[in-house]
Amino acid sequence: MNSRPHETTGPGAALTLRAVSHAYSRTPALREVSLTVRPGEVVAVTGPSGCGKSTLLHVAAGLLVPQAGSAELLGVDLAGLDETARAVLRRRDVGIVLQYGQLVPDMTLEDNVALPLLLEGGELAASRTAARDALVRVGLERAGQAVPEELSGGQAQRAAIARALITSPKVLLADEPVASLDAVAAQDALELMLSVARRDGGAVVLVTHDNLVAAMADREVRLRDGRVDRESVLR
Amino acid sequence: MSRPSQLFTQYIHLVYVPVMSLVELHLALLSQGPAHGYDLKRAYDAWFPDAKPLPFGQVYATLGRLVRDGLAEVVETRSEGGPERTVYTVTDAGRQRVREWLAEPAPPAVSGTEDLVRKAVVALRTGDPERPASAFVADQRVAHLRRMRSLADHDPGADADDLGSRLARRYAALHLDADLRWLDEAATALESRPRHEPEGPR
Repeated sequence: MNSRPHETTGPGAALTLRAVSHAYSRTPALREVSLTVRPGEVVAVTGPSGCGKSTLLHVAAGLLVPQAGSAELLGVDLAGLDETARAVLRRRDVGIVLQYGQLVPDMTLEDNVALPLLLEGGELAASRTAARDALVRVGLERAGQAVPEELSGGQAQRAAIARALITSPKVLLADEPVASLDAVAAQDALELMLSVARRDGGAVVLVTHDNLVAAMADREVRLRDGRVDRESVLR
Repeated sequence: MSRPSQLFTQYIHLVYVPVMSLVELHLALLSQGPAHGYDLKRAYDAWFPDAKPLPFGQVYATLGRLVRDGLAEVVETRSEGGPERTVYTVTDAGRQRVREWLAEPAPPAVSGTEDLVRKAVVALRTGDPERPASAFVADQRVAHLRRMRSLADHDPGADADDLGSRLARRYAALHLDADLRWLDEAATALESRPRHEPEGPR
């Protein structure tokens, strides 16, 4: 009653995975997973620990090239790009929030957040101003000069969200993005991420084990043992 | 069979308004200032936006009981051209009753989700191959997520920042989350059980 298969391909998709399979050593992590995410759509990828959620996100981001199948991001087949070209695509059009923040340890928070703009040739002062604004939006306006080791896990996660959003990405890929935040901070951070789709028309993929996060999505894709077990429209 | 929304309404109504607390809730509403029955109903519905609206009949019956028991009293009867309206106020005994009620922790009862558990158990024990328990659990998960979503979408307007209604919605969302965790455990258990099921009656 509650599910319907989603189209696995289509023009204008922000992200398309086709029959993606990948194994670590001999342990399969993804088995023939297909998924399409359209602009303006929020998809939650859920499932028990070890079901392949994070691997799926890494494939979608081009951080991992799958052993079989294909991944297309914004109409570009990621397998056709070398590592540098994939990094450029990510930097320009994709926001990524990985677990534990993944901040550069010896840079201030402000510069960490400004980094995607600086790497694109942005002017230093303007990039830092944009970073300060982004830090205000995640409630870290007073931590701009701190370095990552001075931050709590929740602060690092919020900084990573600010960094992911600073380029106004067309696609946001987030792996357990609010797992170390308290309820209020989690709600605020989630709303910021959802605005990528709801306000700006981008695509958002949230990998999560948190039902309160999953319930904010338009569609839930539930994985089990590396396969898509079920897709459900939530709104 | 209850539809999920009906199930939810029933659930939240049970959680918020066990019969015993209706008296104290009316007294608490009256403690905000003298009011007639219609005011009380509106205030109640605003305080508990996700609960079933309070029926007028219930309000007037309860007010009658409060006056009878000396917990509230009539301060005036207005008619102002329209239907006659009786204005009530809380008495000292009524205020004391609310204080005593609040001094006692609410019973940490597991209530309201019986239908969810009953359906899961029935699905497991009857083992209908057309409708396996795992399908029930998966469908229920989606119904719960949708309800959770609609709570978050609830009324983004005037009262969105009202702490009381925000807390009431949060309460509902967290209870749904508890159900979802149970459903996830049930799904895992169903997946890993031996294949000679279904279980018969015991």
